[in-house]
Amino acid sequence: MTEEFVLVKKLVDKYGTDREALMPILQAAVAEKRYLSEAIMNEIADQLDISPAQVYGTATFYTFLDVKPRGKYVIRLCKSIIAEMKGKKEIQRAIENTLKIKTGETTPDNMFTLLETNDIGWSDAEPSMLINEIPYTHLTVDKVINILNDYRIK
Amino acid sequence: MNSTNKNLKKTDIIFGDCGCSDSGKFPILADAIKKDPDLIIDEIIESGLKGRGGAGFPTGLKWKFAAVQRNPEKYVICNADEGEPGTFKDRDILLKVPEKMFAGMAICGNVIGAKEGFLYLRGEYLFMLPKLNEILDKFHVGIKELGYDFHISIRQGSGAYVCGEETALIESMEGKRGEARNKPPYPVAEGFRGKPTVINNVETFVNVAMIQKYGVEAFKKLGTQDSRGSKVFSVSGDTPIPGVYELELGMKLSDFVDEFGDGDTKAVQVGGASGFCVPRKHFEDTIIGFEGIPTGGSMMLFNSTRSMYNVLNNYLEFFADESCGQCTPCRVGCQQLVIGIKAIKNGEKEAEYLDTLLKLTDSMKITSKCGLGQSVANAFSSIVENFKEEMIY
Repeated sequence: MTEEFVLVKKLVDKYGTDREALMPILQAAVAEKRYLSEAIMNEIADQLDISPAQVYGTATFYTFLDVKPRGKYVIRLCKSIIAEMKGKKEIQRAIENTLKIKTGETTPDNMFTLLETNDIGWSDAEPSMLINEIPYTHLTVDKVINILNDYRIK
Repeated sequence: MNSTNKNLKKTDIIFGDCGCSDSGKFPILADAIKKDPDLIIDEIIESGLKGRGGAGFPTGLKWKFAAVQRNPEKYVICNADEGEPGTFKDRDILLKVPEKMFAGMAICGNVIGAKEGFLYLRGEYLFMLPKLNEILDKFHVGIKELGYDFHISIRQGSGAYVCGEETALIESMEGKRGEARNKPPYPVAEGFRGKPTVINNVETFVNVAMIQKYGVEAFKKLGTQDSRGSKVFSVSGDTPIPGVYELELGMKLSDFVDEFGDGDTKAVQVGGASGFCVPRKHFEDTIIGFEGIPTGGSMMLFNSTRSMYNVLNNYLEFFADESCGQCTPCRVGCQQLVIGIKAIKNGEKEAEYLDTLLKLTDSMKITSKCGLGQSVANAFSSIVENFKEEMIY
């Protein structure tokens, strides 16, 4: 039994094999593995008895269902116009310099991935970002560096 | 908020304490489920309540259309896929008064004859899940004690703006790409799992619960003839007091700017990226409401230091990102608009090319399949026409 089989079997037991179960299964798989590998998508297709193209097509539609390898902590920095006005670029540079990666990249130790994303619902508290599902708001350069350091020693 | 502007009418209905969930009981719901469903529909129609997500469809009529369907299987869906740039009011409702929203959903279930409801929660708000589930557990115990059979589950989104469109949301809940369906049939006839479905915004469900609590007459006293009630606004941008505010509908934009502006407001984007940009010269003659410019709540203020080209460019890149891609006018149109305004700014295209782009947005308005592509023209034409020099130079 492959690792993928075991994981998908666990999710299928929880959510069922209907097409409707596909989203919760994909979401749970991402929560566990940070991204959807080809092997996992094939396994999901197999156990839900649908084509891998259906699984891939659905997964790639959604920004948060990553199909590329991601770090343990996925940083999604808000790029709305309000975020831009409130200093998003400065925060972005601070994260890039601290982690020594560019936006879109993952640190070599697979700890962090830095991405940009559309409005995350905190325009009254920009700049803002999500780290996995947790929002961080009113970011300053010092604050964001501290947050990253806290995650490093987690 | 201590309003300095007497024309701006503050209200505290949505967030106010109404004893809605005291000791796990839901008195509004207890009263509502004893009432004749037709009476509740008549009350909501009479109240003049229109959907608070942005589109503004009369809520009572929507419920009536679903109620008359003979199908024994129906669904209630709460749309918490708040993704419009500059909107965050549903976030506060979900964090502060979710009981009112759940009560509104259960009232809807009773009125249309649905036993099951869903909260479609945007992926960006997953941090709320533990708390919401806890409240939902109490809610289920509460309604069971009332002897009423209605169950609500939470489904998650995964970062797709277009899933706020009701038929795209249904596709997503069915495990598919969130691509909008052709309408008709409307969800009230064929929605989730092909069954009659009412989809309303978070704030709309809260309003229904509050109409049941305070009565139709109290609701009708708020707002104007065309825009009944209060509205929760998300105020952001160049303002000293960004945040969530509940105000009566039908106010003048100039009064709004007096209250929230920084003294140098040059434009307000009303209704988010899919809404309209109003320049300073029109603040006085613009009404916020269905008789003027309606809004799902997003109010972004820009002062004179801001480049409206950057604003438009940001919105267009947003639309190009979020277009689902199934229909050509929206998919290609959004991409070409981004390329087009950059080319004009860089001097690669003549200023007259803006007219060509305006014609393109007109075509997108007529030919796009859903509200996303149809509404790109709103921001585009209102920014380009009012700030033409900023687009060119």
